[in-house]
Amino acid sequence: MSTPIQIRQLVKAYGDIEVIHGIDLDIDPGEFTVFVGPSGCGKSTLLRMIAGLEPITGGDLLIDGERMNDVPAARRGIAMVFQSYALYPHMNVYQNLAFGLETARTPKAEIKERVQRAAEILQIVPLLQRKPKQLSGGQRQRVAIGRAIVREPRIFLFDEPLSNLDAELRVQMRVEIAKLHNDLGNTMIYVTHDQVEAMTMADKIVVLRSGVIEQAGAPLELYNNPKNLFVAGFIGSPKMNFLAASADGAAINVAGNTIDVKRMVTGATTMGVRPEHITLAEGSGIKLADIRVDLVENLGGQTVVYATTADGQPINIVLEGQRPVELGSTVAAHIDPARIHLFNAEGNVIQG
Amino acid sequence: MTARSLESGAPARERAASPSLWARIWQNDAPGYLFLLPWLIGFFGLTIGPIISSLYLSFTDFDLLTDPNWVGASNYVRMFTNDPKFLASMRVTMVFVIFSVPLKLAFALAVAMLLNRGMRGLPLYRALFYLPSLLGASVAIAILWRQIFAREGLVNDFLSIFGIVGPSWISTPQYSLWTIIILAVWQFGSPMIIFLAGLRQIPQDMYEAASLDGASKWRQFVKITLPLLTPVVFFNAIIQTIEAFKSFTPAFIISGGTGNPINSTLFYTLYLYQEAFGFFRMGYASALAWVLLALVGLFTAFSFLTSKYWVHYDD
Repeated sequence: MSTPIQIRQLVKAYGDIEVIHGIDLDIDPGEFTVFVGPSGCGKSTLLRMIAGLEPITGGDLLIDGERMNDVPAARRGIAMVFQSYALYPHMNVYQNLAFGLETARTPKAEIKERVQRAAEILQIVPLLQRKPKQLSGGQRQRVAIGRAIVREPRIFLFDEPLSNLDAELRVQMRVEIAKLHNDLGNTMIYVTHDQVEAMTMADKIVVLRSGVIEQAGAPLELYNNPKNLFVAGFIGSPKMNFLAASADGAAINVAGNTIDVKRMVTGATTMGVRPEHITLAEGSGIKLADIRVDLVENLGGQTVVYATTADGQPINIVLEGQRPVELGSTVAAHIDPARIHLFNAEGNVIQG
Repeated sequence: MTARSLESGAPARERAASPSLWARIWQNDAPGYLFLLPWLIGFFGLTIGPIISSLYLSFTDFDLLTDPNWVGASNYVRMFTNDPKFLASMRVTMVFVIFSVPLKLAFALAVAMLLNRGMRGLPLYRALFYLPSLLGASVAIAILWRQIFAREGLVNDFLSIFGIVGPSWISTPQYSLWTIIILAVWQFGSPMIIFLAGLRQIPQDMYEAASLDGASKWRQFVKITLPLLTPVVFFNAIIQTIEAFKSFTPAFIISGGTGNPINSTLFYTLYLYQEAFGFFRMGYASALAWVLLALVGLFTAFSFLTSKYWVHYDD
């Protein structure tokens, strides 16, 4: 039932300006794939090329094994949820949901049944007679998703669907979209610039930058084994700390300290350590550096420490629970050497 | 803030000492009223005054030469019971309004949609297409129009290529009004500019969503563009309808002020003009003017009343 997508050397150019530089990607049937990256990385363009809203300059797009480059958007078996929702303001919710089916000349009784079913899934039955302007942001979002559902597409595409919602609603809708994916089992592609959305929803995350894929894989794979500085910095919140380092064999000079990571890391120039992997407790891992505490945020469940190393590099630490950390004091930061990421001058990870 | 309240403190004391309210107003507000004066004179002297006096004159037999005598509603009674020319001119103007307004709006919308496809040199085309609206109502263009549709005019020159011998379009009763309707449609620039602005307001992703749904260009136009454009259509329709009711110059020039052949271009305004300045029946002409005003008012009111059923406002 579910549909695979293969992307082969896909290129997009506007005139002489190439914005997507030969992307290769396999999306398995029923997979929830998230395209993530900073603005301008090409993630929306890539999605729109799959949708058929942007012509493909080069390469192949295969949906269910069939080349789709020249197939019109309407015949690719996809439905898309837009960032702006793109609801028709002059139609009520029912008419919005029914528009695609009416266009396809579906029998009236079937339209009614399918709209009703979609409305039940999304719990918008009481809203069917309302106009979009009478709906809240979250309700509009549901209608936009409903419009995709009624068409029973092979593939769902989402273009930053939650970015117009407030933080609380965003978390709620995130859960609902993930649940929807579990219930329907369709292949879905979701574009976001929010790495938390990517981490929480994806089966596979595709990190894009400047029109190329930096890394693609399962969320935890990207978190645990980022291939380069960009992915390391992009995935994870708060951001990974990067410290200037120099390495010889297994010994690394960082922040005035020499530490032994017990693997050959010659050539490393940057050390990456995640804030949540650093501890202040003696005896857990090895000593990383002495740091001076600049600011402490007590969030209740976590304590976030903003600090500076002896040679002036900023370093952030996230500690579980409520910890008494004295402002201005100098403390020793410790880390498990297995959780240290090392990168060479080109920004690529050095495998241990 | 402090400096200003200190400054205004001194006149405030003077004001308190001055006895009369009018003197106080004069002192404080005179410069403002002085600046308003030219406009106020124009508004009361040239607009409100003539309007009220024409309402009075419509109940008199005023002929410019002798003093007006009150004749009650007899001007209005005569209009509706004993004036075939009134009915003829009303018919001409109604035909003109009913055909020229929708045609002009459709043409304006078509050109606006063409220009909205993001073409190079858009500002130039916009200006070029707007030009006829600037020139259109002028005497010169009306004269030009007479030449184009005359027996030896451009239209017949063109038709003669195909061996067709055309009539004098402007002096054939069946066609003469249509030459004026075409002239009106040709002046599509101003509604076009407004349509173009309206089209720009429709978000692109509505069309993208519709095309993903498989909607054809025609269906997108009918189901998305038109409904979302209704506020602009409504505005343009009202403005153009009022303009059409008021239309005078083209008919006057093309028919040489007669409304001929056989009253086929006797616009209501032209008949009004003949009555007022041809026969000096100022009382009757005033009554004609007030009937036109009432008609336009009714038409506009009707449009507003029905608008809630077909105009979609987005907020």
